[in-house]
Amino acid sequence: MASNKKYWKSVEELNPDSSLVETLKQNEFVNEIPVDEFLGDKETLDSSSTTRRDFLKFVGFSTAAATLAACEGPVKKAIPYVNQPEEIRPGVANYYASAIADGYDFASVLVKTREGRPIFINNHDKAEVNSSANARVVASVLSMYDSMRVQGPKKGGDKTSWDALHKDVKAKIQESKAAGKDVVLLTQTFASPSTAKLVSEFSQSVGGVKHVVYDAISEDTALNAYQAKYGERAMADYDFSKADIIVSFGADFLGDWQGGGFESGYAKGRIPAKGKMSKHIQVESNMSLTGANADTRVALKPSEVKIALAKFYGYLAGVSYGGSLPEKAEAAVKAAAAEVKKAGGKAVVVTGLADANAQALVLDINEQLGSEAFDTSAPLKVRSGNAAAVAALVKDMKAGKVGVLITAGVNPLYTLADAKGFEEGLGKVGLSVAFSMKEDETSSKTTYVAAAPHYLESWGDVEMKKGYYSLIQPTIKSLFDTLQFQEALMVWTGLEGTYYDYVKATWTESILGGSSWNQALHDGVFKGAPVMVEDLASEENIDEVVTTSAGEYALNLSKAKGSEFELVLYPKTGMGDGQQANNPWLQEFPDPISRASWDNYLTVSLSDAKDLGFENYNVDNGALNGSYANVTVNGVTIKNVPVLIQPGQAKKSVGLAYGYGRTAGLKDEMKTGVNAFALYADFNNVQSVKIEKASGVHEFACVQLQNTLMGRGDILKDTTLAEFVNNGPEHWNPQPEVSLDHKEVPATTVNLWDDFDRSVGHHFNLSIDLNACTGCGACVIACHAENNVPVVGKSEMRRSRDMHWLRIDRYYSSEETFEADVEVVENISGLGDSLSTFGELEKASENPQVAFQPVMCQHCNHAPCETVCPVAATSHGRQGQNHMAYNRCVGTRYCANNCPYKVRRFNWFLYSQNDEFDYHMNDDLGRMVLNPDVVVRSRGVMEKCSMCIQMTQKTILDAKRDGRTIKDGEFQTACSAACSSGAMTFGDINNKESKIAELKESERMYHLLEHVGTQPNVFYHVKVRNTQEA
Amino acid sequence: MASHYEAPIRKPLVTGDRTYHDVTVEVAAPVEGRANKQWWIVFGISLAAFIWGLGCIIYTVSTGIGTWGLNKTVGWAWDITNFVWWVGIGHAGTLISAVLLLFRQKWRMAINRSAEAMTIFSVVQAGLFPIIHMGRPWLGYWVLPIPNQFGSLWVNFNSPLLWDVFAISTYLSVSLVFWWTGLLPDFAMLRDRAIKPFQKKIYSLVSFGWSGRAKDWQRFEEVSLVLAGLATPLVLSVHTIVSFDFATSVIPGWHTTIFPPYFVAGAIFSGFAMVNTLLIIMRKVCHLEAYITLQHIELMNLVIMITGSIVGCAYITELFIAWYSGVEYEQYAFLNRATGPYWWAYWMMMSCNVFSPQFMWFKKLRTSIMFSFFISIVVNVGMWFERFVIIVTSLHRDYLPSSWTMFSPTFVDIGIYVGTIGFFFVLFLLYSRTFPVIAQAEVKSILKSSGEKYKKLRDGDHE
Repeated sequence: MASNKKYWKSVEELNPDSSLVETLKQNEFVNEIPVDEFLGDKETLDSSSTTRRDFLKFVGFSTAAATLAACEGPVKKAIPYVNQPEEIRPGVANYYASAIADGYDFASVLVKTREGRPIFINNHDKAEVNSSANARVVASVLSMYDSMRVQGPKKGGDKTSWDALHKDVKAKIQESKAAGKDVVLLTQTFASPSTAKLVSEFSQSVGGVKHVVYDAISEDTALNAYQAKYGERAMADYDFSKADIIVSFGADFLGDWQGGGFESGYAKGRIPAKGKMSKHIQVESNMSLTGANADTRVALKPSEVKIALAKFYGYLAGVSYGGSLPEKAEAAVKAAAAEVKKAGGKAVVVTGLADANAQALVLDINEQLGSEAFDTSAPLKVRSGNAAAVAALVKDMKAGKVGVLITAGVNPLYTLADAKGFEEGLGKVGLSVAFSMKEDETSSKTTYVAAAPHYLESWGDVEMKKGYYSLIQPTIKSLFDTLQFQEALMVWTGLEGTYYDYVKATWTESILGGSSWNQALHDGVFKGAPVMVEDLASEENIDEVVTTSAGEYALNLSKAKGSEFELVLYPKTGMGDGQQANNPWLQEFPDPISRASWDNYLTVSLSDAKDLGFENYNVDNGALNGSYANVTVNGVTIKNVPVLIQPGQAKKSVGLAYGYGRTAGLKDEMKTGVNAFALYADFNNVQSVKIEKASGVHEFACVQLQNTLMGRGDILKDTTLAEFVNNGPEHWNPQPEVSLDHKEVPATTVNLWDDFDRSVGHHFNLSIDLNACTGCGACVIACHAENNVPVVGKSEMRRSRDMHWLRIDRYYSSEETFEADVEVVENISGLGDSLSTFGELEKASENPQVAFQPVMCQHCNHAPCETVCPVAATSHGRQGQNHMAYNRCVGTRYCANNCPYKVRRFNWFLYSQNDEFDYHMNDDLGRMVLNPDVVVRSRGVMEKCSMCIQMTQKTILDAKRDGRTIKDGEFQTACSAACSSGAMTFGDINNKESKIAELKESERMYHLLEHVGTQPNVFYHVKVRNTQEA
Repeated sequence: MASHYEAPIRKPLVTGDRTYHDVTVEVAAPVEGRANKQWWIVFGISLAAFIWGLGCIIYTVSTGIGTWGLNKTVGWAWDITNFVWWVGIGHAGTLISAVLLLFRQKWRMAINRSAEAMTIFSVVQAGLFPIIHMGRPWLGYWVLPIPNQFGSLWVNFNSPLLWDVFAISTYLSVSLVFWWTGLLPDFAMLRDRAIKPFQKKIYSLVSFGWSGRAKDWQRFEEVSLVLAGLATPLVLSVHTIVSFDFATSVIPGWHTTIFPPYFVAGAIFSGFAMVNTLLIIMRKVCHLEAYITLQHIELMNLVIMITGSIVGCAYITELFIAWYSGVEYEQYAFLNRATGPYWWAYWMMMSCNVFSPQFMWFKKLRTSIMFSFFISIVVNVGMWFERFVIIVTSLHRDYLPSSWTMFSPTFVDIGIYVGTIGFFFVLFLLYSRTFPVIAQAEVKSILKSSGEKYKKLRDGDHE
């Protein structure tokens, strides 16, 4: 900063002709320098002791010192804020309400930021719809810090500027309009009022564009059926908490069916209260998360599911339909129909069949039942993709009718079955622009890659359910030179201002109805009167569905023809439609059902596997290996698809998950699995398929190698509703007993140790209700994010070295039910019998009962790990936690060996800043997601769940600062906060008013492995199944 | 030992017409002579194995324990197996030198020196594993209760691993002192015979100025007796404490009260086998057949047979108690041991440890050198598997089936194990070239009573 200031030295300077000033200018030193005086005095000079040698020493020393001083020391670039930003205080987290709407996942969320960086995605407790962040949404924060993101606009692989892009696009739009060619927007479902309005304005300004909405995993049939019946392109909403009987025909409503978000309502009805709980009957082909939670699960191949639905309707309506079903299935369907009939409005029927008749029939059935759980007044808007329009677009593109193609949030070259056709068409499009965060399969082929921001860097709004609005607000300044699709539209339309202004204007004009914008932005959600913001450009060329009677639909369904093998494509809980395939948390997330990570695979039933010669087996270190299959659908063959034998898979059906097999825009480590979208012809998730064995052996990374419970009923206690209601807890929740002085006494009363004094302060407990837990795995990812749990990669997972602090064990029954397993063990007689029986128990049943059990450190009050550590690195806290002092740990692993729950995880290698583990902790950007409150563990130390002590301490300190007592519910752990089904409750049992204290008194409460005497601070609730009428 | 009379029915412990001078010359021969070709070959192989093992250790320490085959469920496998195996082997030395001394078993005199050397060298191998199995071995000193800058931070006296630290270090130091005390007169003998000044210097240093006066001998006898008294409880305590690593845990298959006696018996069993392995070779190579006689081998075989049977009893008791306990986890743990995925290890252990020593009931077999050598190897293979079975098969399938997995060693696991065997033999081979491998002073003390020549002189006329 050059300064023009003049500094006055004396008043003399005011006089321009002052001789004094002139003299001073000439002489640098005001006083005369006494050189002569010094050198002239010979005597002094002689007596001075500086010899020539001394002089040289001084010179040498000063030169050396000057040289050393010139070497710059390491500069740590911790730059303090020059101006402290408002709101940001080091060490204090800020929370912003926002929403994710990436076209597949729609949820209102609460974003936690630290020092200006978003680091965690919480559930939005104020939101009424889609308030729960699933595993993918929780993990989405890491996708922002993805080093493979496009960092600025690119043309043909080279960097370009936004101005150039805008100029080119505008020109090309004009050109193609002049040439009579179409301008097409191919986008995800935005469900955004502002975007819809903006697209309309853009369309008007350029004289008409086509807007094609495209969902990678389509709900087209459901949308069409709804539209035909109710005149609106949306989907019916279901509140399962209001249903006593839930019958699902292939609808994975605890997964991503129709946009997901149904689990919290479902779980509410599943907790037995006053002897009642909902009953859930699932008819499906793949073993889905929903099927795993069902009370009765009927495994049928898809064509039979259709017949089952028809017959179900038949029994309801008293009509008989043709088509044949296995006897057992027929009986189950009949029973289900009878119960639904009895329950009337308290029943609900859903279907996930991509079949117009099925969808229409289910709407009719629910309408006829007057189902309370069925809501058409405010339908869901989270899917709106139009299959026919997409097909038409590809045709137009091939015909060269499209001049400009703008894509946003979609990746058709990966997700479209006809990707080849699309690519061919793309070559004939004059100009194509892909708004994308990645140079993915599509954007690497388009003229321009328009670097799009992550939702945490964007503005926006979304109407997930009619009348329920959410706002998307940025929580960090754009990391890269990115531009939102909407902002680009504004530029092209010639609108002034930012998209923020636009959203605000839209809301003020038509949504808020006078309410405060700031309040709405603060809350992130707004419930208002539904407004119709028509997307004028939207393509609505749907084949007119002829609405006929329910009977007609059922008749059509009953005529369903199957093929020998039917393939059911499904989204995996961890990967969804594959947008976040470069997210290491999600790759490493074990599938809740198969517990395999880093893969998709063909799920095959055991009997089919035998027929086709497929096998799964464990190698020496326990890891799972499997055969390969070549899968052919409609002449499209995917070679070498790994085969996983899946208990519960309907015979003659196979399943394959979408979302894998990505080839562009992601690290090599993440290029896992095969692309199932290639088989997704006509957006139909059911395809007839040819399967043949291929050579080679696939290496799975499956974290659970023993799938059954081995009849160990005290690990995962379950009972039937009848038993639960009619008998006392000693029948269905027996306390383990030990012999003391030849008397049987409860195991908990026998104690070797002194008890801790728990009367003072907090005593934390975590409750896990096995009835409410759906196994969705949001807690697993939340734990990953909160606690900086490292990602270890596929080969390490294979070596059983996953680092998950919290895992969800999934067990299959070996007999029909878990209870039968226990009986089998009890009835063993003799050694020979036990040898064969235990061998049999290791194998899962063909259609097993399934149970989920989240297991993390149980924080034992008498912890086996604490006594064995030679250096006292793990010790007990006053608040009930079992602490782990990483700094003190020398890594003997004795604690892990002695842990009956096997929850301790060892740092076998250095997992951060190590090129061998090239995941987010190995790059500067990825490490931005780390939680500064939790240390990153070094190699050679043991780690485990801390009960999120950093969160409980924060709560305590906040309350202390405010001088107040802590309210119930304030204490949370990452997992309990992420649990949207209410299965996990955390709190202080010393607060007798708290929910956790109440839960601990529940008759369903039990501790895991109580007989070992560890006295855990985590407890479970017996799983009650509604398999018998109460 | 004062008595020069020994019953005629006792076989001579020193065969051949050995005089006092013969003893001196024959014991000093390996030290004074030059190494033969075989020695160099064996030494070369051992050294190579040792260096390979050292490489594996360096790789482990620099990269992480992940280089081994361990996983989240099986946190110990070959490391602690090897540790317990080596500690066990060490037991025979102390038993022979201390317990047999107290019981005045004269036959121990020919073998105690080498048995003790074996003890020390194997404890050195054993001691390696607790250190390198740590995730952060450079902080290994934290297990010692030494003053530190961490405030009042102390070790955890509840931890059996800490007891191990004390047990092993005590054992090593007491054994070392005991061994060295016994070595003093023999070193002095070597010193006195040495011609080269360097050797003379060294041997006079290590013999601590032994003068051979009566006072020296008196003190020597007293110290030996006191140390034997000190070392005797260690025979029982060290492996008892090692067994506590498992017995005090909560894992089915580990949590067993029978472990202390069972481990001690197993340790003596494997230790005697190792002594047999070493001495059968040594007596041949160093021409010590007159001192380490067939009778010695036979007696050791008897100990092997008895301890093997004790171990077998313990195995069966374990199975019985598992069944009798009525605890399903316990029952499954033992069922899984015998019939689970590691059944081969269990039956390897059973056949090597329980069945093979039963051959020793036959006089012909237990006096056959080749057979004894073979069985001694078999026993140590079996004892290695015993520890593997206890550690790995208990861990790999414990309480929660969801965590069940398997273990498979990597080349590093194997390399380190082979490396310690190499290291052991390097030490033992160096020892055999530089130390008096037989306690000649003690042997001389029984020459009059148990030497064949003197027995003949005394008893021969009567026959």
